[in-house]
Order: sequence, then C-alpha cells, then structure tokens
Amino acid sequence: MVKILYFSWVRDAVGIAEEHIDLPETICSAADLVDWLALRYPVFADRGKLRVAVDQVMAQFDADVRRAREIAFFPPVTGG
Amino acid sequence: MIRVEVCAAPFDVGVATSQLITHRVGGVANFVGIVRNDSTLLSLTLEHYPGMTDLALRALAQTAFDRWDLLATTILHRVGVMTPGDPIVFVGTASSHRAAALEATAFLIDRLKTDAPFWKRETFADGRTCWVEARDADGAAARRWIA
Repeated sequence: MVKILYFSWVRDAVGIAEEHIDLPETICSAADLVDWLALRYPVFADRGKLRVAVDQVMAQFDADVRRAREIAFFPPVTGG
Repeated sequence: MIRVEVCAAPFDVGVATSQLITHRVGGVANFVGIVRNDSTLLSLTLEHYPGMTDLALRALAQTAFDRWDLLATTILHRVGVMTPGDPIVFVGTASSHRAAALEATAFLIDRLKTDAPFWKRETFADGRTCWVEARDADGAAARRWIA
C-alpha cells in the first residue's frame, strides 16, 4: 500500500489530496505510475508538466517506486 | 547553526537578521521576498507539502554550509494567505567575510525557488484565481549553481 499525494492544480484536477493504493506489480518506475494514473485521471496524460517526489525527496520519472511509501505529484514549484 | 521554519504568521525581518549576528560573525546577508503589488492582485495563497518542505529546506541549508564558510543560516517561509507588501520568504546567512554570506544567500533563494515544494495561487479583485506558473528564468538561475 503506497500513499499518493497530489498538490496544487494536480490536486484540483484529480479531485482529492491523497489516496492509498495497492500498486500493480507491473509498476516499477514513477513513469509507470503516471501512465497507470492517466487511465483514471486525464491530468496525468502529459507528464511534461508534472514533477514527482518519492518518499519526500524530488525524483526523476525513472525512479524506482516499488518500495516507496509515499509518492507525490505536483506542478513545478513556485515558492520563494 | 541552521534554522528553518515554515509558518503562517508574518515574521520580523529585523529580528531574523539580528539573530544571525553571533560570536565571530563578520557579515550578514539576507534576501526578503515580498508579495508584489501587481495591479489587480488581491491576495496570494501559498500551499506546501508539509512532510517534505522542512526536509528540502534543511537539505538546501546544509548544502550551503558544505559549500561556503558559514556560521549560521536562517530560512523562513510563510504559507497561507498573504496580501501585497507582505513578506513571504526570508533567507539569511552569516559568515566571517562578506563573499560567503552574499553568495550563499543568492544560492539559497535561487535553489529554494526550484527545489522547495511550495505553490502560489493568486486571487484577483474580480474573484478570479489562478495557480502561478514556474518561470524558465528561475530554472536558469538555479542551474548556475551546479558545481
């Protein structure tokens, strides 16, 4: 069971801030997860506008998520 | 000494700056980000990723400590609703000599803008709201620090 978090307009598009999911064994990378989520949430169709953090650290889409406890998706950050 | 705080309440720039002045300090540099008064902007709402924000800011502060000869650094970042003229972010560093403090401060604010999980949403006088888009210039500013 992995916790998936959504922030900013990704959350607005998905409609929820977080959910717990049993990932299918076919999902190895963050990119795999994006493709899988795109089946449910159209906002995941364009990965170019998304960023990902795995276990609260910024990651690339080729990051291994098989042992992740928490994965977050969000737009490029705009703090400061 | 590293001090990192994410807070809803406004911070006092003078107090945050003077707290950096400790034994052996020869110079203090700071950057204060302010909500710009752009024509019809009513307020700015800062959202963040609570679990990750503190980790990301501390990692940045530690990187600055490893790279420059610093005696102290403070990063304060507000979240929640702010209005034009309000401070959003404070980055301050203290060192024995000015170059380290000035460079480390520029590094911290440049990298904070691309590495720390905050998002701004603007609310305008007519009730319209929109998420602020990341600027390409911010990415370029952060990349110039890649050693």
